[in-house]
Amino acid sequence: MNKATVETLAPWVTTLLLLIIWQLGVMIFHIENFVLPTPIEAIQQIWANRYPLLQHGLATLITTLVGFAIAVVFGLLLGILVGSFRLAYVSLYPVLIGFNSVPKAALVPVLVIWFGVGTVPAVIAAFLLSFFPVVVNVATGFATIEPELVDVLRVLGATRRDMIVKIGIPRSLPYFFASLKIAITLSFVGSVIAEIVAGNNGIGNVMLIASSNFNVPLVFAALLVVGVMGVGMYAIFAALETRFTAWSVRGSGLEYPTGG
Amino acid sequence: MSYIEINDVDLQYGRQSGAGNGTGTLALENANLSIGQNEFIAVVGPSGCGKSTLLKLISGLVKPTRGAVRVGGEPVRRPLKNVGMAFQNSTLLPWRNVRDNVLLPLEIVEPYRSQPRSKAAIKRKRADELLATVGLADFGDRMPWQLSGGMQQRAQLCRALIHEPSILLLDEPFGALDAFTREELWAVLQNLWMTRKCTVVLVTHELREAVYLCDTVYVVSPRPGRVIASSQVPFPRPRTLDMTYQAEFVDLVHACRHHIRPGGAA
Repeated sequence: MNKATVETLAPWVTTLLLLIIWQLGVMIFHIENFVLPTPIEAIQQIWANRYPLLQHGLATLITTLVGFAIAVVFGLLLGILVGSFRLAYVSLYPVLIGFNSVPKAALVPVLVIWFGVGTVPAVIAAFLLSFFPVVVNVATGFATIEPELVDVLRVLGATRRDMIVKIGIPRSLPYFFASLKIAITLSFVGSVIAEIVAGNNGIGNVMLIASSNFNVPLVFAALLVVGVMGVGMYAIFAALETRFTAWSVRGSGLEYPTGG
Repeated sequence: MSYIEINDVDLQYGRQSGAGNGTGTLALENANLSIGQNEFIAVVGPSGCGKSTLLKLISGLVKPTRGAVRVGGEPVRRPLKNVGMAFQNSTLLPWRNVRDNVLLPLEIVEPYRSQPRSKAAIKRKRADELLATVGLADFGDRMPWQLSGGMQQRAQLCRALIHEPSILLLDEPFGALDAFTREELWAVLQNLWMTRKCTVVLVTHELREAVYLCDTVYVVSPRPGRVIASSQVPFPRPRTLDMTYQAEFVDLVHACRHHIRPGGAA
């Protein structure tokens, strides 16, 4: 088996191992299934409830993606602002840090008061949880531009817009894509929490109803669905990252001849 | 008749910002320089003597605390708009290939900036020709990290010259290269300057480099920097590497070295 095959199989093997440990643990310690069900029971529940789970899973996915999309646009703009204007950095950064320290789950009831029960608070929660890493990463990409490069451009008569378009944005793309991978998983956290607290739809709502019926295997079935969706979206953004920022990954270039 | 004039310039860092309780660092004191049009001069001196600051003053990136900087008779009040610059570390953009890196100034400097897209092919050709003159004929499509350090510096020189600036500012451009590559690049730079004349200010602490390349060598004292000596270099061009081993050349290098030695300024 060559190295590439091992690397492709490794995550599947790890997942399988974890499921086996979980299964064995529940069996060995005789844990009741209303406390912790076995993975097999959870998967059985996924199959038994496949249509509702699909329907609510899709609802959660759409909610998450809408919140995420808003977070990306907002985070990108704010990141560019904070990264390229010293005054914006000084005045906004402490506020952002403070804001990010607030537990967003605690805000969901407030959002419900403002927007009512339903999809809107979930979209907003997904947005609130995920925009911060985008802002910080984009701002970092801008802030770490080499000062010599800025000098080279300034003495050519470059405007601030030139700097942002020609240097800042391309330079922060690797940081931006790295942040998307974090942000998409956080978006799921946000939307599912909001659905649990105040949803009438979505996977979080399925979990709420299942746990009030003591159907713990279904709760875990729903959790597995969220996990799989998260991994899937992560994989999509990881692929986009390699596609758009190949230049920043030098490792793959070592096979090229350098021509001396 | 001088093109760049620096008159009685002091430069103090950290004063305008009000940071710190002292008066800040005095980087340059009473600096005087006068550089003729299309002259190639070098500024040599120990580390931290304000050599790089001098380049920032000329290009208008920093304002003098006292005194005046003039370029072409006009006082410099804001960054100049048509200067070529190159540094010790490669500042090529890693997401652009070598040709597109060289073309960067043409996307910013007028009149090239406003030229229609139909001129793109002409610009590409121009970049390729310039790359060919520094020995990078087939490297336009390579990415910067695929080039050796010396080749990156060649590309950086091309980027600094593609828009035919009237002033070229070089901040230890060959400082990070090995001795052989460095000497190769002296010839490349001399050749570039002889074919497309411009006023060059080279900051370096390599005295042989300064004497080989320049018309005039200025020696700057340790901080606070002031110009303590200048020597005209009389050797005819194009200068060759062999000349650097001849007695007159070695004597001139030695004389410059003497000024930098501790206490040698007296």
